Amino acid sequence: MNDPIIQVSNFSKHYGDFVAVDNVSFAVQRGEIFGLLGPNGAGKTSTLECLEGLRQPDAGTLRVAGVDPTREARKLRGKIGVQLQTSGLPETISAADAMKFFCAYQGIAPRYDLIERLGLGEKRNAAYADLSTGQKRRLALALAVAHEPEVLFLDEPTAGLDVASRVELHDLMRELQGRGATILLATHDMAEAEEMAGRVAILLQGKIAATGSPLEITATGDGLTKVSVHTERNSLEQVNGSFPGVQQRALKDEYVVYFSSDVGPTVSAVISYLEAQGDSLIDLRVERPSLEDRFLEITNAGQARRLRPDRPEQTASNGGQK
Amino acid sequence: MTAFANHTFVELRSNLRNRQLLFLTYAFPLAFYAMMGLVMTQINPMFTESMIPAMVIFAVMVGTLMGLPDPLVTARDAGIFRSFKIGGVPAANILGVPTLTTFVHVIVVTLIILATATPLFGAPAPANWGWFVVITLATILAHAGLGVLIGVVSTSSRTTLLWTQLIFLPSILLGGLMFPFSMLPAGAQTFARLFPATYAMDAYTGLAYGAETVFSPLASLALLVIGGVLALVLALLLFNWDRNNRTARLNPAFGLVAVLPYVVGVILL
Repeated sequence: MNDPIIQVSNFSKHYGDFVAVDNVSFAVQRGEIFGLLGPNGAGKTSTLECLEGLRQPDAGTLRVAGVDPTREARKLRGKIGVQLQTSGLPETISAADAMKFFCAYQGIAPRYDLIERLGLGEKRNAAYADLSTGQKRRLALALAVAHEPEVLFLDEPTAGLDVASRVELHDLMRELQGRGATILLATHDMAEAEEMAGRVAILLQGKIAATGSPLEITATGDGLTKVSVHTERNSLEQVNGSFPGVQQRALKDEYVVYFSSDVGPTVSAVISYLEAQGDSLIDLRVERPSLEDRFLEITNAGQARRLRPDRPEQTASNGGQK
Repeated sequence: MTAFANHTFVELRSNLRNRQLLFLTYAFPLAFYAMMGLVMTQINPMFTESMIPAMVIFAVMVGTLMGLPDPLVTARDAGIFRSFKIGGVPAANILGVPTLTTFVHVIVVTLIILATATPLFGAPAPANWGWFVVITLATILAHAGLGVLIGVVSTSSRTTLLWTQLIFLPSILLGGLMFPFSMLPAGAQTFARLFPATYAMDAYTGLAYGAETVFSPLASLALLVIGGVLALVLALLLFNWDRNNRTARLNPAFGLVAVLPYVVGVILL
């Protein structure tokens, strides 16, 4: 994994006075699924669109599959597949005609099998305007992968998809990865990023706040494990003292939730306490912090910094923080 | 099948599903033609002499000036050109294919007018069919060029309508379609020569019908071809893939250069 297929170095993008992306650097290895995460306006789409050759960067260098997207846009087309966040097709074109149309420009035979595979078989002759949002996104994906690109850019690919289509999309992504494709995935969906991406970068206010595998990113947080306990007589709700390792305690629905830095002693102390009280356990869940928890932690810290500009930077580090 | 041929085929098939486009390209000009044949030939018998070229020019203007620009603006605003760009569709094809399919539609309407104007309304057929074909193609080229250029430089459908009417209405009123150009006052004649329809009418009159013309019909034909090619080149130079990403190489005002051949016509002819 030391062969970067996407190389972003000191990349910046401005729109007038607004800085969308500020001196960002990262690399994506060949065959990797890389997640680009961030709240709205963090710079994800600007980054993707510059890498796709749709926009010009204001500073820095970009390389995608050995090609400079700003100067060799035509060469880039055959190497990448793109599912845009906002795009469209002529309203009257059918799914089958659209496949034939784009495959002709890629110089390949139409991949009607992808239309079937992505659940559009019954709609292959329907006009684009008559497709639902999810069907349009699936068609866009089928068109993006038809020529088996080296690099696939997916911008919010599961937005508007039902559960079955989402599973099918994830299967397709894994299959493409298995055949050597690299996937750059921009998403709001933390569960999707955690499930699919080998590594992620969290963009915040145009800067990279964190990079690494989802496990690495969650490990850099406060490290507290969530222990949720539901008992028959709710005896834990009356406990004034704390258990070993517990840093915070909260009540949620019928659960008492402990945030623990040392989960083993916490769980055994809780169980001992319940036995002593004659209470019985209905449910006990131990959950490590999710990527979403860590993402919220990072974005909330970013918001706090923005509100208190005199406070020094804590998490953002251009070029990434492992 | 090449990508361009496939693109043209897909565009034609999509056109046949587009009721608005079919109305604008076929129903509207043919209904106007029928109305003019029934009414205008009774009010002004002289109109019968120029009915075929006048109605062909009308159909060309409706198909090109009204039919071409708005779909381009709508497609750009809907992100269709972004999809085309990432799909490897060249800008020349994005502009060239609708131009070509418009040629096809307008030629079909022209054939219907040619086939019916003589038996239904007694309009004289062209004396020289070869010139008629050449002038018709040049007239479509000139107007399609302007239609594409309007679509490229317009920021909205409303702007498209404004630019279209700025050419369409004076062309109808002053271009010699409704009454002879020679009947216009001198000032109006000068103004009328800023529009390709005037030169198209002149070329049809002189070359396809062998009648006397106000200015050189060959020069008129040349201006139509030069004007059409210039407008298409300008459209290509000014083309933008994305309404939010204006990276055109030239200022849209540069599109006004498309009027230059007709200004030369005012000065020289």
